[in-house]
Amino acid sequence: MTVLEKTATKTATKAATVEFRGLRREFGPTVALDGLDLTVRPGELLALLGPSGCGKTTALRMLAGFEHPDSGEVLVDGEDVTRVPAHRRDAGMVFQSYSLFPHLDAVDNVAFGLRMRKVRTAERRARAVELLELVGLADKGGRFPHQLSGGQQQRVALARALALRPRVLLLDEPLSALDAKVRLTLREEIRRLQQELGITTLFVTHDQEEALSMADRVAVMHAGRLEQCAAPAELYGRPATAFVAEFVGTMSRIPGRLSGDGVDVLGQRLPVDGQVPSVTEVDVLVRPEAVGVRADDAGDARVVATSFLGAAVRVTVRLADGTEVKADLPAHEATGLGAGAAVSVSLPERPVLVAERTR
Amino acid sequence: MARLNLWRWGVFGLAGLYFLVPLAASVVFTVDVPGQGVTFDAYTQIVSADGFVSSLLLSLELAVVTIAVVLLLMVPAMVALRLGAPRLRPVVEVVCSLPLVVPPIAFVAGISTVLKWGPEHLSRTPLFQTFVAIQNPDFPFVLVLAYVVMALPFVHRALDAGLRAVDVPTLVEAARSLGASWPQALVQAVLPNLRGALLNASFLTLALVLGEFTVAQLLGFQPFAVWIYSIGGSQAQLSVAVSVLSLFVTWALLLVLAGFGGRTRTASRDES
Ligand SMILES: Nc1ncnc2c1ncn2[C@@H]1O[C@H](COP(=O)(O)OP(=O)(O)OP(=O)(O)O)[C@@H](O)[C@H]1O
Ligand SMILES: [Mg+2]
Repeated sequence: MTVLEKTATKTATKAATVEFRGLRREFGPTVALDGLDLTVRPGELLALLGPSGCGKTTALRMLAGFEHPDSGEVLVDGEDVTRVPAHRRDAGMVFQSYSLFPHLDAVDNVAFGLRMRKVRTAERRARAVELLELVGLADKGGRFPHQLSGGQQQRVALARALALRPRVLLLDEPLSALDAKVRLTLREEIRRLQQELGITTLFVTHDQEEALSMADRVAVMHAGRLEQCAAPAELYGRPATAFVAEFVGTMSRIPGRLSGDGVDVLGQRLPVDGQVPSVTEVDVLVRPEAVGVRADDAGDARVVATSFLGAAVRVTVRLADGTEVKADLPAHEATGLGAGAAVSVSLPERPVLVAERTR
Repeated sequence: MARLNLWRWGVFGLAGLYFLVPLAASVVFTVDVPGQGVTFDAYTQIVSADGFVSSLLLSLELAVVTIAVVLLLMVPAMVALRLGAPRLRPVVEVVCSLPLVVPPIAFVAGISTVLKWGPEHLSRTPLFQTFVAIQNPDFPFVLVLAYVVMALPFVHRALDAGLRAVDVPTLVEAARSLGASWPQALVQAVLPNLRGALLNASFLTLALVLGEFTVAQLLGFQPFAVWIYSIGGSQAQLSVAVSVLSLFVTWALLLVLAGFGGRTRTASRDES
């Protein structure tokens, strides 16, 4: 049996559920967490996504035991761990900054947790070597952290976090210090390992592409609260709030007018999806791929810029009232739409999201 | 490249001359007696003089105890400061630098006043015994107290430089998430990375204690520096021999300490 299978069978039986209940934490005047409620299902990879300062790290550190809530509780498998000290939490963590112990080589770094558990030297070294193999660094065991590249260091950190077969794996932007290419391969690797081990994982990131491509579900946070927690496709296709809509993917705002249960926009009348604000002057939120742009000499909209994205062309159009709208068109439809071309803009006959006008 | 090397050697040579010429002259002066050729009389005279071993031992004991006390005091304090109250750092820095500003002579005047004043006011309390005990000439603990204060600026700087180079909060958290309790995290994750800083601090403290003269002399104790001064007396050759010898003794001890530090590194590598 390989170490992977051993680790997997150990964890698969006890993949944990994690629950945050009404977590609140203030640092002086800043409210880092403002009543966060979130449930992580056993064995899933949940990405915590949100703008800088929205409390992602604080939430993660509460699960790790480094931060304590002013109110609310953290539950693992239904058990309240809010008062359990960090070293008894059974949570493996990979940090944003390089956190390997500089005085230990890779093997000893991975074996550190086992040493704390008083596992015998030979046994823990053997296990550490196996774990290094798992993250593809079998030949780098004797290297010290300063002799490893950033990506290699984070791999060792991952192996170190997995060495104790933790019930939950916590990753706080582990890839943010790495260059784009390494980031891509390492995130695939993390995902593969996570799925094979079936370990409940919380992954903090402010990179939406990373969140959408890796996670089973994505939790979008805003100002210390949960905005929406859903599978990537649903989050993108049916954002629950205006904040989520604009944070995930690209959104354009087109001024419209609420009346009854519909909205008048671009000369069309469309049903409204989700929450309806109590004002009449609203913005309609649209994805670039939903916007139709047609060359039309009578149209009062003008193309401002086009940029080639490969399969599609992103066309930026200025409406008569000055609003800019982004539209993605298949390359063949975009031919002839140079800057300055007169066009007309339309929306598909589908329910749309609206938000209060901010300007 | 060659030009640069030439420069380097030039500067190195000048610095070497600056240090070595007076030293060599002193050595020559002490061993070369006119009319008798080379003789080590001056040195044998010192080494065989009464009190050489006892004063040297006293100085060493003082140094060891001072290093232990100052490190036990400062390491936890500075680590705690890093983790818990980074904003207090400037305050601590200023406090720790005070001994540099207060001249030893003022410092020792203060100490002796307290030592005199203490017994008068405390003669009926158990504290009186304490006052007597710390002035025991076999091991004057009051000197350790004084040296701890005097070493604070150096130890603070050495440790601060060491702590700056490691990300203490992250290391502690990493260790804690791997099942280490607080003390374990400090001893197994933080301290090994401060080895250089600890060694530096010990170095500076050792040099300070071995060379300290004012406080010990004025309080009336006889560690190595005071003893060597008293024996130097009026003989020119002897007094120069004495300073050369004290220089070599200090160097030898620093080398021993450095060797010790180097060895523990390899030892700890094997063990872990
Ligand atoms: N130890 C602390 N002391 C004071 N304020 C803090 C502390 N930790 C976090 N905060 C504040 O709490 C808020 C949330 O911080 P947190 O680190 O959780 O954000 P984040 O979502 O992880 O952001 P980022 O994406 O930039 O890492 C921020 O406004 C931050 O300034
Ligand atoms: Mg963060």
